[in-house]
Amino acid sequence: MNGKPPTLDVDHMLDSAEIVVCCGAGGVGKTTTAAALALRAAERGRRTVVMTIDPAKRLAQSMGLNELTNEPSVVEGVDTAAGGELQAMMLDMKRTFDELVISHSDPQRAEQILANPFYVALSNSFAGTQEYMAMEKLGQLKRDGDWDLIVVDTPPSRSALDFLDAPQRMSGFLEGRLIRILLAPAKAGGKAYLKFISVGVNMITDLLNRLLGAQALKDLSRFVSSFESIFGGFQERAERTYALLQQPGTSFLVVAAPERDALREASYFAERLEDEEMPLAGLVLNRVHSTAVPRLSPERALAGAEALEEAEEEPLAAAVLRVHADRAGAALRDRRMRDRFTSAHPGVAVVEVAAQAGDVHDLDGLRIIGADLAAGAPAAMPTAG
Amino acid sequence: MTTPAGSPQHDWHDVRLHVVTGKGGTGKTTVAAALALALASGGKRTLLTEVEGRQGIAQLFDSPPLPYEERKVAVAPRGGDVFALAIDPEEALLEYLEMFYNMRRAGRVLKRLGAIDFATTIAPGLRDVLLTGKVKESVTRGRRGGPQYDAVVLDAPPTGRIARFLNVNAEVAGLARMGPVKNQADSVMDLLRSPRTAVHVVTILEEMPVQETIDGVRELEEADLPVGAVIVNMTRTPLLSAADLARAAAGDVDREELSRGLKAAGIEAGPSVVGGLTAEAVEHARRVQLEERERDELAELERPTYELPLLADSVDLGGLYHLAESLIEQGAA
Repeated sequence: MNGKPPTLDVDHMLDSAEIVVCCGAGGVGKTTTAAALALRAAERGRRTVVMTIDPAKRLAQSMGLNELTNEPSVVEGVDTAAGGELQAMMLDMKRTFDELVISHSDPQRAEQILANPFYVALSNSFAGTQEYMAMEKLGQLKRDGDWDLIVVDTPPSRSALDFLDAPQRMSGFLEGRLIRILLAPAKAGGKAYLKFISVGVNMITDLLNRLLGAQALKDLSRFVSSFESIFGGFQERAERTYALLQQPGTSFLVVAAPERDALREASYFAERLEDEEMPLAGLVLNRVHSTAVPRLSPERALAGAEALEEAEEEPLAAAVLRVHADRAGAALRDRRMRDRFTSAHPGVAVVEVAAQAGDVHDLDGLRIIGADLAAGAPAAMPTAG
Repeated sequence: MTTPAGSPQHDWHDVRLHVVTGKGGTGKTTVAAALALALASGGKRTLLTEVEGRQGIAQLFDSPPLPYEERKVAVAPRGGDVFALAIDPEEALLEYLEMFYNMRRAGRVLKRLGAIDFATTIAPGLRDVLLTGKVKESVTRGRRGGPQYDAVVLDAPPTGRIARFLNVNAEVAGLARMGPVKNQADSVMDLLRSPRTAVHVVTILEEMPVQETIDGVRELEEADLPVGAVIVNMTRTPLLSAADLARAAAGDVDREELSRGLKAAGIEAGPSVVGGLTAEAVEHARRVQLEERERDELAELERPTYELPLLADSVDLGGLYHLAESLIEQGAA
């Protein structure tokens, strides 16, 4: 009924792309995919850096990362025979933001900003700061670094789209009407505008005063005025990084698992990338079940198991048949999920990665996943990890 | 008078607010919905709320996106109603302004100016104060002399952020030391730290989610928040006998016995079939072993623990009822 999706040539992508961005909803193995791709690229001879965001502890340790580091460090144990190397970093969102502030203002003002409670909140918990800082760091790596390939893991957002929306949302917010209004008394324009402005200002200050109290309001206005000088820089940088993502050297990979919610997110994302004219290389489908005996259908296996159980004989074979029925059933469901995605997005290439028996926490585990990615489909039998 | 929800003697008799958290991918929303159904069973009334703007509840119940309004989404087993609400911080703030300051129209103007977006996204902790404040309001709201809902279930942010989310007091301390926001945060904390609240953690039997569960429980305890149950989702029953499992996990499956059994079941037992099935059995056994290890880790938390089976197909309404019944049987509701 459904055609097979086009296959993504992962090795070709790893050999030629300059930036690979892995995106997708949380909990689908995005970080592992990014790490596996970067390792494979490095061992194929490219000087590669991978920026991870909030990796699981043992995965991070497998790459020699024990804490947040804003500077990439060399990953030991990588085969560099082909002339490549792998460096890794774990995004430190707060520090990236702090550095941005410091580089855009004089020391005294920077100090004021860094101590302001509104800044502390913005840099720690504003929805979108992490995405924005990931973009910022990507821009820096691209500008300053001497890499053949940058692999980027995106923040574990509630929605895959946040990665695209957040930077604009944040710079839009920082340059938005409200901010201008709060700054307006200092530099008002026409009379009507002035009137409108002062109504707005009064209302806002009144609201904030009632809600938060006078001290908070003072902090806020200090924050806004001291931040003003670096707003322009934000917008410009966000736009530049955005443009970078639209270039042909960039490949987006949407990562998903064969589950309804994850694939729905993947669908949104594929559509969105198309709208934004950003280059979608394909869908990585993680945790795909497969069976070693595809010609024995789950129904047939189950019928066999039931017959044996009824006759109360051969319990081992009955149990093994049930294991197979589960497994083959899961493989069929995953296939249906993939087909549903493919019929909605027939042009999107798909690579499948087998469900692993355990979590990946060493380079060998990453190599297995990298090989799976490059093969475009899991080997008939997933490898126990 | 509070009427206990669910079966008369369940484990969370005095709890009015059930907070459900879990790592992404563990089925937190599904479990929250099943719990709301279970607690409503037998003629009760529960409210299922979400706060992350994901519209996960609507998707689960196959209904159009939920507005900022309590809507009935399901009828519980043996009678009872489940209502649902997607809490939006902006709407909650507008509602709050109207309730306390009669400022709804002003609120609309503020919204157009981006001030509401500003207040709900950047003012430290205000967003969480608004979200938890609305939850608290729905827990304490009365109706005909009793509470409007027998229980409120919150599909909460994931384990990694839960302690921070619920600990609104600490969040707000950096911003407002007095005034209505501070008062609101304090009254929310009173409920959240009381025995009327339980924070349940959903996990699956895999390394990372289990580790996050253990870390999350510790964080909740450190923040003085009442940890409820550990709910193990998507469990599988071991299919091989204990002896066969142990052997298979060591890579040892009696191929002759298997091939004899296959023939008895009328299934062709060539070497590739026997080899393939053997490999599948070995993997199954190793997975069961791994799950046992994770189960042992969870047991060390010494929390009431419930297990929910992996549903063969992706969760639909029928599946939710099945999970709800399972929770009732285990005494969770």
